[in-house]
Amino acid sequence: MKGNNAYLFAAYALTWIIHITYLATIVSRYSQLKREIDSLRKNK
Amino acid sequence: MKRLFPILGVVTAALLVYALYMALIGAPTEQTMGNVQRIFYYHVPSAWTAFVLFFVNFGASIVYLVKRKVAADRVALVSAEVGVVFCTVVLVTGPIWARPVWGIWWTWDMRLTSTLVLWLIYVSYLFLRRFSSSGETPTLAAALAVLGALCVPFVYFSIWFFRTQHPQPVMGGGGSIDPRMLHVLLINWLAFSCFAFLVCWSRYRLEKLQREVDQAHALESLMAPRGSVR
Amino acid sequence: MSAPAGITRVTLLKDLRLEWRSKDASNSMLFFSLLVVVVFSFSFDPSAEESRQIAGGLIWVAFLFAAVVALNQTWAREIRNQVLDAYRVSPAPANSLFVAKVVGNFIFVSVLEALMTPLFIAFYRLRSIGPAWQLLVVAVLGTWALVVNGTFFAAMSLRTRSREIMLPLLLFPISLPAILAMVQATTAILNGEGARFWMTLLVTYDLVFTTVCLLLFETVLNAE
Repeated sequence: MKGNNAYLFAAYALTWIIHITYLATIVSRYSQLKREIDSLRKNK
Repeated sequence: MKRLFPILGVVTAALLVYALYMALIGAPTEQTMGNVQRIFYYHVPSAWTAFVLFFVNFGASIVYLVKRKVAADRVALVSAEVGVVFCTVVLVTGPIWARPVWGIWWTWDMRLTSTLVLWLIYVSYLFLRRFSSSGETPTLAAALAVLGALCVPFVYFSIWFFRTQHPQPVMGGGGSIDPRMLHVLLINWLAFSCFAFLVCWSRYRLEKLQREVDQAHALESLMAPRGSVR
Repeated sequence: MSAPAGITRVTLLKDLRLEWRSKDASNSMLFFSLLVVVVFSFSFDPSAEESRQIAGGLIWVAFLFAAVVALNQTWAREIRNQVLDAYRVSPAPANSLFVAKVVGNFIFVSVLEALMTPLFIAFYRLRSIGPAWQLLVVAVLGTWALVVNGTFFAAMSLRTRSREIMLPLLLFPISLPAILAMVQATTAILNGEGARFWMTLLVTYDLVFTTVCLLLFETVLNAE
Protein backbone atom coordinates (compact mmCIF):
# COMPACT_ATOMS: atom_id res chain seq x y z
CA MET A 1 0.00 0.00 0.00
CA LYS A 2 2.92 2.33 0.62
CA GLY A 3 3.87 2.40 -3.05
CA ASN A 4 0.40 3.65 -3.81
CA ASN A 5 1.29 7.06 -2.45
CA ALA A 6 3.26 7.55 -5.65
CA TYR A 7 -0.01 7.23 -7.60
CA LEU A 8 -1.68 9.75 -5.31
CA PHE A 9 1.16 12.20 -5.81
CA ALA A 10 1.14 11.62 -9.58
CA ALA A 11 -2.59 12.29 -9.80
CA TYR A 12 -2.45 15.53 -7.87
CA ALA A 13 0.71 16.69 -9.61
CA LEU A 14 -0.66 15.99 -13.09
CA THR A 15 -3.88 17.80 -12.24
CA TRP A 16 -1.96 20.94 -11.43
CA ILE A 17 0.42 20.55 -14.34
CA ILE A 18 -2.58 20.48 -16.68
CA HIS A 19 -4.19 23.52 -15.08
CA ILE A 20 -0.98 25.53 -14.90
CA THR A 21 -0.09 24.72 -18.50
CA TYR A 22 -3.46 26.01 -19.65
CA LEU A 23 -3.16 29.15 -17.54
CA ALA A 24 0.34 29.72 -18.89
CA THR A 25 -0.92 29.66 -22.46
CA ILE A 26 -3.58 32.22 -21.55
CA VAL A 27 -1.08 34.50 -19.85
CA SER A 28 1.49 34.29 -22.64
CA ARG A 29 -1.08 34.96 -25.36
CA TYR A 30 -2.43 37.84 -23.32
CA SER A 31 0.93 39.56 -22.95
CA GLN A 32 1.71 38.95 -26.61
CA LEU A 33 -1.57 40.56 -27.63
CA LYS A 34 -1.04 43.45 -25.23
CA ARG A 35 2.30 44.18 -26.88
CA GLU A 36 0.68 43.99 -30.28
CA ILE A 37 -2.15 46.34 -29.50
CA ASP A 38 0.20 48.81 -27.80
CA SER A 39 2.40 48.89 -30.89
CA LEU A 40 -0.65 49.27 -33.11
CA ARG A 41 -1.89 52.19 -31.05
CA LYS A 42 1.53 53.82 -31.13
CA ASN A 43 1.72 53.60 -34.89
CA LYS A 44 -1.63 55.28 -35.36
CA MET B 1 -14.73 45.10 -11.42
CA LYS B 2 -11.02 45.32 -11.98
CA ARG B 3 -10.24 44.86 -8.31
CA LEU B 4 -12.60 41.95 -7.95
CA PHE B 5 -10.31 39.71 -9.95
CA PRO B 6 -7.27 39.77 -7.66
CA ILE B 7 -9.48 39.53 -4.57
CA LEU B 8 -11.18 36.45 -5.97
CA GLY B 9 -7.76 35.13 -6.90
CA VAL B 10 -6.55 35.31 -3.33
CA VAL B 11 -9.75 33.78 -1.97
CA THR B 12 -9.59 30.96 -4.49
CA ALA B 13 -5.95 30.25 -3.77
CA ALA B 14 -6.72 30.06 -0.06
CA LEU B 15 -9.66 27.74 -0.71
CA LEU B 16 -7.56 25.51 -2.90
CA VAL B 17 -4.82 25.22 -0.30
CA TYR B 18 -7.34 24.45 2.42
CA ALA B 19 -9.11 21.92 0.22
CA LEU B 20 -5.79 20.27 -0.60
CA TYR B 21 -4.92 20.03 3.07
CA MET B 22 -8.29 18.50 3.85
CA ALA B 23 -7.96 16.04 1.00
CA LEU B 24 -4.51 14.87 1.95
CA ILE B 25 -4.62 15.09 5.73
CA GLY B 26 -8.02 16.16 7.03
CA ALA B 27 -10.05 13.41 5.40
CA PRO B 28 -10.07 9.99 7.00
CA THR B 29 -8.13 7.22 5.28
CA GLU B 30 -10.28 4.82 3.37
CA GLN B 31 -10.24 1.27 4.64
CA THR B 32 -9.82 -0.84 1.53
CA MET B 33 -7.99 1.45 -0.85
CA GLY B 34 -5.76 3.40 1.51
CA ASN B 35 -4.33 6.77 0.57
CA VAL B 36 -4.89 6.31 -3.14
CA GLN B 37 -8.57 6.86 -2.55
CA ARG B 38 -7.77 10.55 -1.93
CA ILE B 39 -7.53 10.98 -5.69
CA PHE B 40 -11.31 10.90 -5.42
CA TYR B 41 -11.24 14.45 -3.99
CA TYR B 42 -9.73 15.76 -7.21
CA HIS B 43 -11.31 13.32 -9.66
CA VAL B 44 -14.98 13.83 -8.80
CA PRO B 45 -15.04 17.63 -8.36
CA SER B 46 -13.26 18.00 -11.69
CA ALA B 47 -15.98 15.90 -13.31
CA TRP B 48 -18.76 17.94 -11.72
CA THR B 49 -17.08 21.20 -12.71
CA ALA B 50 -16.70 20.02 -16.29
CA PHE B 51 -20.39 19.10 -16.47
CA VAL B 52 -21.41 22.49 -15.12
CA LEU B 53 -19.18 24.21 -17.67
CA PHE B 54 -20.64 22.18 -20.52
CA PHE B 55 -24.09 23.10 -19.30
CA VAL B 56 -23.06 26.75 -19.40
CA ASN B 57 -21.85 26.18 -22.94
CA PHE B 58 -25.26 24.78 -23.83
CA GLY B 59 -27.04 27.77 -22.32
CA ALA B 60 -24.74 30.31 -23.95
CA SER B 61 -25.12 28.60 -27.33
CA ILE B 62 -28.90 28.79 -27.11
CA VAL B 63 -28.70 32.45 -26.11
CA TYR B 64 -26.49 33.05 -29.12
CA LEU B 65 -28.85 31.26 -31.50
CA VAL B 66 -31.78 33.28 -30.23
CA LYS B 67 -30.24 36.69 -29.57
CA ARG B 68 -27.00 36.67 -31.59
CA LYS B 69 -25.07 38.41 -28.85
CA VAL B 70 -21.29 38.22 -29.29
CA ALA B 71 -20.79 37.94 -25.55
CA ALA B 72 -22.82 34.74 -25.54
CA ASP B 73 -20.58 33.27 -28.20
CA ARG B 74 -17.52 34.19 -26.15
CA VAL B 75 -18.98 32.54 -23.06
CA ALA B 76 -19.70 29.43 -25.10
CA LEU B 77 -16.11 29.24 -26.36
CA VAL B 78 -14.61 29.85 -22.95
CA SER B 79 -16.80 27.36 -21.09
CA ALA B 80 -16.12 24.67 -23.68
CA GLU B 81 -12.35 25.15 -23.51
CA VAL B 82 -12.14 25.21 -19.73
CA GLY B 83 -14.59 22.31 -19.59
CA VAL B 84 -12.28 20.27 -21.80
CA VAL B 85 -9.36 21.07 -19.50
CA PHE B 86 -11.28 19.80 -16.48
CA CYS B 87 -12.45 16.79 -18.44
CA THR B 88 -8.85 16.00 -19.26
CA VAL B 89 -8.05 16.06 -15.56
CA VAL B 90 -10.84 13.54 -14.94
CA LEU B 91 -9.54 11.26 -17.68
CA VAL B 92 -5.99 11.46 -16.33
CA THR B 93 -6.77 10.99 -12.63
CA GLY B 94 -9.22 8.17 -13.33
CA PRO B 95 -6.72 5.67 -14.73
CA ILE B 96 -4.11 6.70 -12.17
CA TRP B 97 -6.64 5.75 -9.51
CA ALA B 98 -7.82 2.61 -11.24
CA ARG B 99 -4.37 1.14 -11.73
CA PRO B 100 -3.33 0.54 -8.11
CA VAL B 101 -6.83 -0.33 -6.98
CA TRP B 102 -7.99 -2.72 -9.69
CA GLY B 103 -4.77 -3.41 -11.57
CA ILE B 104 -6.16 -2.04 -14.83
CA TRP B 105 -5.62 1.33 -16.47
CA TRP B 106 -9.12 1.71 -17.80
CA THR B 107 -12.56 0.58 -16.75
CA TRP B 108 -15.74 1.19 -18.69
CA ASP B 109 -17.13 2.74 -15.55
CA MET B 110 -20.06 5.12 -15.98
CA ARG B 111 -18.23 8.25 -15.01
CA LEU B 112 -15.06 7.55 -16.96
CA THR B 113 -16.82 6.39 -20.09
CA SER B 114 -19.33 9.21 -20.21
CA THR B 115 -16.55 11.70 -19.48
CA LEU B 116 -14.60 10.26 -22.39
CA VAL B 117 -17.53 10.71 -24.75
CA LEU B 118 -18.15 14.24 -23.49
CA TRP B 119 -14.48 15.04 -23.93
CA LEU B 120 -14.66 13.79 -27.51
CA ILE B 121 -17.79 15.80 -28.27
CA TYR B 122 -16.40 19.05 -26.91
CA VAL B 123 -12.97 18.58 -28.45
CA SER B 124 -14.73 18.17 -31.79
CA TYR B 125 -16.59 21.39 -30.95
CA LEU B 126 -13.26 23.16 -30.43
CA PHE B 127 -11.98 21.78 -33.73
CA LEU B 128 -15.05 23.11 -35.52
CA ARG B 129 -14.45 26.52 -33.98
CA ARG B 130 -10.86 26.51 -35.13
CA PHE B 131 -11.43 25.19 -38.65
CA SER B 132 -14.59 26.96 -39.71
CA SER B 133 -14.48 30.23 -41.58
CA SER B 134 -14.67 33.06 -39.09
CA GLY B 135 -17.94 34.59 -40.21
CA GLU B 136 -19.98 31.51 -39.57
CA THR B 137 -18.10 30.06 -36.59
CA PRO B 138 -20.42 31.30 -33.82
CA THR B 139 -23.56 30.01 -35.48
CA LEU B 140 -22.15 26.64 -36.48
CA ALA B 141 -20.54 26.14 -33.10
CA ALA B 142 -23.79 27.00 -31.34
CA ALA B 143 -25.68 24.46 -33.47
CA LEU B 144 -23.10 21.78 -32.71
CA ALA B 145 -23.23 22.64 -29.00
CA VAL B 146 -26.99 22.10 -28.97
CA LEU B 147 -26.63 18.73 -30.66
CA GLY B 148 -23.82 17.76 -28.33
CA ALA B 149 -25.77 18.71 -25.24
CA LEU B 150 -28.82 16.77 -26.44
CA CYS B 151 -26.57 13.78 -26.91
CA VAL B 152 -25.63 13.72 -23.22
CA PRO B 153 -28.73 11.92 -21.87
CA PHE B 154 -28.29 9.31 -24.60
CA VAL B 155 -24.68 8.86 -23.57
CA TYR B 156 -25.72 8.27 -19.98
CA PHE B 157 -28.56 5.88 -20.73
CA SER B 158 -26.65 3.81 -23.22
CA ILE B 159 -23.61 3.43 -20.99
CA TRP B 160 -25.77 2.73 -17.94
CA PHE B 161 -27.58 -0.09 -19.69
CA PHE B 162 -24.39 -1.43 -21.20
CA ARG B 163 -22.85 -1.57 -17.77
CA THR B 164 -25.77 -3.43 -16.26
CA GLN B 165 -25.25 -6.03 -18.96
CA HIS B 166 -21.46 -6.05 -18.65
CA PRO B 167 -20.67 -5.18 -15.04
CA GLN B 168 -17.41 -3.39 -14.42
CA PRO B 169 -15.60 -2.14 -11.33
CA VAL B 170 -17.30 0.98 -10.07
CA MET B 171 -15.04 3.86 -9.20
CA GLY B 172 -15.77 6.14 -6.34
CA GLY B 173 -17.88 3.68 -4.43
CA GLY B 174 -21.49 2.93 -5.19
CA GLY B 175 -22.88 3.03 -1.70
CA SER B 176 -23.26 5.81 0.83
CA ILE B 177 -20.33 8.01 1.63
CA ASP B 178 -18.83 8.85 5.01
CA PRO B 179 -20.07 12.37 5.93
CA ARG B 180 -16.54 13.56 6.68
CA MET B 181 -15.48 12.47 3.19
CA LEU B 182 -18.50 14.16 1.69
CA HIS B 183 -17.51 17.35 3.49
CA VAL B 184 -14.00 17.26 2.01
CA LEU B 185 -15.43 16.43 -1.40
CA LEU B 186 -17.72 19.45 -1.32
CA ILE B 187 -14.93 21.74 -0.16
CA ASN B 188 -12.80 20.64 -3.07
CA TRP B 189 -15.71 21.15 -5.40
CA LEU B 190 -16.21 24.68 -4.11
CA ALA B 191 -12.52 25.46 -4.46
CA PHE B 192 -12.33 24.08 -8.00
CA SER B 193 -15.53 25.87 -9.00
CA CYS B 194 -14.05 29.20 -7.91
CA PHE B 195 -10.86 28.29 -9.75
CA ALA B 196 -12.81 27.39 -12.88
CA PHE B 197 -14.66 30.70 -12.69
CA LEU B 198 -11.39 32.61 -12.52
CA VAL B 199 -9.88 30.66 -15.39
CA CYS B 200 -13.00 31.30 -17.48
CA TRP B 201 -12.85 34.99 -16.64
CA SER B 202 -9.19 35.17 -17.70
CA ARG B 203 -9.90 33.31 -20.92
CA TYR B 204 -12.86 35.60 -21.59
CA ARG B 205 -10.66 38.66 -21.20
CA LEU B 206 -8.13 37.11 -23.52
CA GLU B 207 -10.82 36.53 -26.13
CA LYS B 208 -12.03 40.11 -25.88
CA LEU B 209 -8.49 41.35 -26.31
CA GLN B 210 -8.00 39.04 -29.29
CA ARG B 211 -11.02 40.49 -31.01
CA GLU B 212 -9.85 44.03 -30.26
CA VAL B 213 -6.51 43.24 -31.87
CA ASP B 214 -8.19 41.64 -34.87
CA GLN B 215 -10.36 44.71 -35.32
CA ALA B 216 -7.35 46.99 -35.00
CA HIS B 217 -5.56 45.03 -37.69
CA ALA B 218 -8.57 45.14 -39.96
CA LEU B 219 -8.92 48.87 -39.43
CA GLU B 220 -5.26 49.39 -40.14
CA SER B 221 -5.34 47.53 -43.42
CA LEU B 222 -8.41 49.48 -44.43
CA MET B 223 -6.80 52.80 -43.73
CA ALA B 224 -3.40 52.00 -45.24
CA PRO B 225 -2.78 54.10 -48.36
CA ARG B 226 -3.26 52.07 -51.48
CA GLY B 227 -0.16 50.55 -52.98
CA SER B 228 1.80 50.48 -49.73
CA VAL B 229 2.61 47.19 -48.08
CA ARG B 230 2.87 47.23 -44.28
CA MET C 1 -48.84 18.10 -53.01
CA SER C 2 -47.76 20.95 -50.74
CA ALA C 3 -44.87 23.12 -51.83
CA PRO C 4 -42.24 21.88 -49.35
CA ALA C 5 -42.98 18.25 -50.07
CA GLY C 6 -42.91 19.00 -53.77
CA ILE C 7 -39.51 20.63 -53.50
CA THR C 8 -38.24 17.70 -51.49
CA ARG C 9 -39.43 15.27 -54.09
CA VAL C 10 -37.96 17.24 -56.98
CA THR C 11 -34.59 17.64 -55.27
CA LEU C 12 -34.47 13.99 -54.33
CA LEU C 13 -35.33 12.81 -57.83
CA LYS C 14 -32.77 15.14 -59.30
CA ASP C 15 -30.07 13.74 -57.01
CA LEU C 16 -30.99 10.17 -57.77
CA ARG C 17 -31.07 10.86 -61.46
CA LEU C 18 -27.70 12.57 -61.41
CA GLU C 19 -26.23 9.74 -59.40
CA TRP C 20 -27.61 7.19 -61.80
CA ARG C 21 -26.26 9.03 -64.81
CA SER C 22 -22.80 9.80 -63.50
CA LYS C 23 -22.21 6.41 -61.88
CA ASP C 24 -18.58 7.40 -61.22
CA ALA C 25 -19.05 8.21 -57.59
CA SER C 26 -21.42 5.30 -57.09
CA ASN C 27 -19.18 2.73 -58.69
CA SER C 28 -16.12 3.75 -56.75
CA MET C 29 -18.13 3.71 -53.55
CA LEU C 30 -19.53 0.27 -54.23
CA PHE C 31 -16.04 -1.00 -54.83
CA PHE C 32 -14.84 0.71 -51.67
CA SER C 33 -17.54 -1.04 -49.66
CA LEU C 34 -16.43 -4.37 -51.05
CA LEU C 35 -12.85 -3.58 -50.15
CA VAL C 36 -13.83 -2.71 -46.59
CA VAL C 37 -15.54 -6.07 -46.14
CA VAL C 38 -12.54 -7.93 -47.50
CA VAL C 39 -10.05 -6.01 -45.36
CA PHE C 40 -12.12 -6.72 -42.28
CA SER C 41 -12.29 -10.39 -43.18
CA PHE C 42 -8.53 -10.54 -43.49
CA SER C 43 -8.08 -8.72 -40.20
CA PHE C 44 -10.64 -10.58 -38.10
CA ASP C 45 -10.94 -14.24 -38.88
CA PRO C 46 -13.18 -15.85 -36.28
CA SER C 47 -14.76 -19.26 -36.15
CA ALA C 48 -18.49 -19.55 -36.74
CA GLU C 49 -19.15 -19.56 -33.01
CA GLU C 50 -17.27 -16.35 -32.28
CA SER C 51 -18.44 -14.61 -35.38
CA ARG C 52 -21.88 -14.01 -33.93
CA GLN C 53 -20.30 -12.17 -31.02
CA ILE C 54 -18.26 -9.69 -33.00
CA ALA C 55 -20.15 -9.52 -36.30
CA GLY C 56 -22.43 -6.78 -35.04
CA GLY C 57 -19.51 -4.50 -34.32
CA LEU C 58 -17.65 -5.37 -37.50
CA ILE C 59 -20.58 -4.82 -39.78
CA TRP C 60 -21.49 -1.47 -38.28
CA VAL C 61 -17.93 -0.17 -38.37
CA ALA C 62 -17.78 -1.19 -42.02
CA PHE C 63 -21.11 0.55 -42.66
CA LEU C 64 -19.81 3.60 -40.85
CA PHE C 65 -16.76 3.85 -43.11
CA ALA C 66 -18.89 3.47 -46.22
CA ALA C 67 -21.38 6.04 -44.95
CA VAL C 68 -18.67 8.62 -44.25
CA VAL C 69 -17.21 8.24 -47.72
CA ALA C 70 -20.69 8.58 -49.23
CA LEU C 71 -21.61 11.55 -47.07
CA ASN C 72 -18.41 13.41 -47.82
CA GLN C 73 -19.45 13.90 -51.39
CA THR C 74 -23.06 14.61 -50.64
CA TRP C 75 -22.73 18.33 -51.04
CA ALA C 76 -19.84 18.30 -53.47
CA ARG C 77 -22.03 18.73 -56.50
CA GLU C 78 -23.86 21.63 -54.90
CA ILE C 79 -20.65 23.39 -54.04
CA ARG C 80 -19.26 22.97 -57.52
CA ASN C 81 -22.24 24.57 -59.12
CA GLN C 82 -23.02 27.16 -56.45
CA VAL C 83 -26.42 25.63 -56.02
CA LEU C 84 -26.46 26.44 -52.33
CA ASP C 85 -26.41 30.18 -52.94
CA ALA C 86 -29.42 29.73 -55.17
CA TYR C 87 -31.18 27.82 -52.41
CA ARG C 88 -30.43 30.54 -49.89
CA VAL C 89 -31.96 33.17 -52.09
CA SER C 90 -34.98 31.18 -53.18
CA PRO C 91 -38.12 31.16 -51.06
CA ALA C 92 -37.98 27.38 -50.84
CA PRO C 93 -37.87 26.26 -47.22
CA ALA C 94 -34.42 25.00 -46.29
CA ASN C 95 -35.91 21.92 -44.69
CA SER C 96 -37.07 20.60 -48.02
CA LEU C 97 -33.50 20.61 -49.23
CA PHE C 98 -32.34 18.93 -46.04
CA VAL C 99 -34.98 16.19 -46.16
CA ALA C 100 -34.20 15.53 -49.79
CA LYS C 101 -30.51 15.22 -49.02
CA VAL C 102 -31.06 12.95 -46.05
CA VAL C 103 -33.44 10.64 -47.91
CA GLY C 104 -31.12 10.54 -50.90
CA ASN C 105 -28.14 9.69 -48.71
CA PHE C 106 -30.20 7.14 -46.83
CA ILE C 107 -31.14 5.37 -50.04
CA PHE C 108 -27.57 5.44 -51.26
CA VAL C 109 -26.03 4.17 -48.02
CA SER C 110 -28.72 1.49 -47.78
CA VAL C 111 -27.76 0.25 -51.22
CA LEU C 112 -24.14 0.02 -50.08
CA GLU C 113 -25.20 -1.85 -46.96
CA ALA C 114 -27.40 -4.20 -48.95
CA LEU C 115 -24.38 -5.09 -51.03
CA MET C 116 -22.02 -5.51 -48.09
CA THR C 117 -24.30 -7.66 -45.98
CA PRO C 118 -24.37 -10.82 -48.12
CA LEU C 119 -20.58 -10.65 -48.30
CA PHE C 120 -20.30 -10.47 -44.54
CA ILE C 121 -22.74 -13.34 -44.15
CA ALA C 122 -20.72 -15.42 -46.55
CA PHE C 123 -17.25 -14.57 -45.24
CA TYR C 124 -18.21 -15.04 -41.61
CA ARG C 125 -20.69 -17.89 -42.11
CA LEU C 126 -23.24 -15.91 -40.17
CA ARG C 127 -26.52 -17.35 -39.10
CA SER C 128 -28.87 -15.34 -36.98
CA ILE C 129 -30.51 -17.00 -34.03
CA GLY C 130 -33.01 -14.20 -33.60
CA PRO C 131 -35.55 -13.13 -36.23
CA ALA C 132 -33.92 -11.57 -39.25
CA TRP C 133 -36.61 -8.92 -39.75
CA GLN C 134 -35.52 -7.35 -36.47
CA LEU C 135 -32.04 -6.98 -37.92
CA LEU C 136 -33.57 -5.08 -40.78
CA VAL C 137 -35.32 -2.71 -38.37
CA VAL C 138 -32.03 -2.06 -36.57
CA ALA C 139 -30.33 -1.47 -39.91
CA VAL C 140 -32.92 1.10 -40.91
CA LEU C 141 -32.87 2.91 -37.57
CA GLY C 142 -29.11 2.86 -37.32
CA THR C 143 -28.51 3.99 -40.86
CA TRP C 144 -30.99 6.81 -40.43
CA ALA C 145 -29.18 7.98 -37.29
CA LEU C 146 -25.85 8.09 -39.11
CA VAL C 147 -27.24 9.67 -42.24
CA VAL C 148 -29.32 12.40 -40.61
CA ASN C 149 -26.43 13.60 -38.46
CA GLY C 150 -23.94 13.01 -41.23
CA THR C 151 -25.84 15.11 -43.75
CA PHE C 152 -26.19 17.88 -41.18
CA PHE C 153 -22.49 17.87 -40.30
CA ALA C 154 -21.54 17.66 -43.95
CA ALA C 155 -23.52 20.87 -44.50
CA MET C 156 -21.74 22.41 -41.51
CA SER C 157 -18.33 21.44 -42.84
CA LEU C 158 -18.92 22.96 -46.26
CA ARG C 159 -16.78 26.01 -45.75
CA THR C 160 -14.42 24.69 -43.13
CA ARG C 161 -10.79 23.92 -43.75
CA SER C 162 -10.03 20.22 -44.05
CA ARG C 163 -13.65 19.64 -44.92
CA GLU C 164 -13.34 15.93 -45.45
CA ILE C 165 -11.82 15.14 -42.08
CA MET C 166 -14.24 17.53 -40.35
CA LEU C 167 -17.23 15.33 -41.14
CA PRO C 168 -16.11 12.16 -39.31
CA LEU C 169 -14.52 14.30 -36.61
CA LEU C 170 -17.90 15.84 -35.83
CA LEU C 171 -20.03 12.79 -36.59
CA PHE C 172 -18.29 10.08 -34.58
CA PRO C 173 -18.45 11.51 -31.05
CA ILE C 174 -22.10 12.48 -31.24
CA SER C 175 -23.00 9.19 -32.85
CA LEU C 176 -21.35 7.09 -30.14
CA PRO C 177 -24.52 6.31 -28.16
CA ALA C 178 -26.31 5.40 -31.37
CA ILE C 179 -23.38 3.26 -32.53
CA LEU C 180 -23.34 1.45 -29.20
CA ALA C 181 -27.06 0.84 -29.55
CA MET C 182 -26.82 -0.40 -33.15
CA VAL C 183 -23.99 -2.77 -32.37
CA GLN C 184 -25.52 -4.09 -29.17
CA ALA C 185 -28.92 -4.55 -30.79
CA THR C 186 -27.43 -6.40 -33.74
CA THR C 187 -25.32 -8.63 -31.52
CA ALA C 188 -28.28 -9.35 -29.26
CA ILE C 189 -30.54 -10.31 -32.14
CA LEU C 190 -27.86 -12.44 -33.78
CA ASN C 191 -27.54 -14.33 -30.52
CA GLY C 192 -31.25 -14.67 -29.97
CA GLU C 193 -31.44 -12.26 -27.06
CA GLY C 194 -33.81 -9.35 -26.53
CA ALA C 195 -32.86 -5.97 -27.94
CA ARG C 196 -35.83 -3.92 -26.86
CA PHE C 197 -33.87 -1.36 -24.82
CA TRP C 198 -31.42 -0.68 -27.63
CA MET C 199 -34.14 -0.40 -30.24
CA THR C 200 -36.08 2.03 -28.05
CA LEU C 201 -32.93 4.06 -27.59
CA LEU C 202 -32.35 4.13 -31.33
CA VAL C 203 -35.90 5.20 -32.08
CA THR C 204 -35.70 7.99 -29.51
CA TYR C 205 -32.29 9.06 -30.79
CA ASP C 206 -33.58 9.18 -34.35
CA LEU C 207 -36.63 11.20 -33.38
CA VAL C 208 -34.70 13.70 -31.28
CA PHE C 209 -31.87 14.27 -33.70
CA THR C 210 -34.02 14.38 -36.82
CA THR C 211 -36.19 17.04 -35.18
CA VAL C 212 -33.28 19.14 -33.99
CA CYS C 213 -31.41 18.90 -37.28
CA LEU C 214 -34.54 20.01 -39.09
CA LEU C 215 -34.93 22.92 -36.71
CA LEU C 216 -31.32 24.04 -37.02
CA PHE C 217 -30.64 23.39 -40.70
CA GLU C 218 -31.88 26.71 -41.97
CA THR C 219 -29.71 28.52 -39.41
CA VAL C 220 -26.68 26.53 -40.48
CA LEU C 221 -27.35 27.05 -44.16
CA ASN C 222 -27.56 30.80 -43.68
CA ALA C 223 -24.65 31.11 -41.26
CA GLU C 224 -22.39 33.92 -42.27
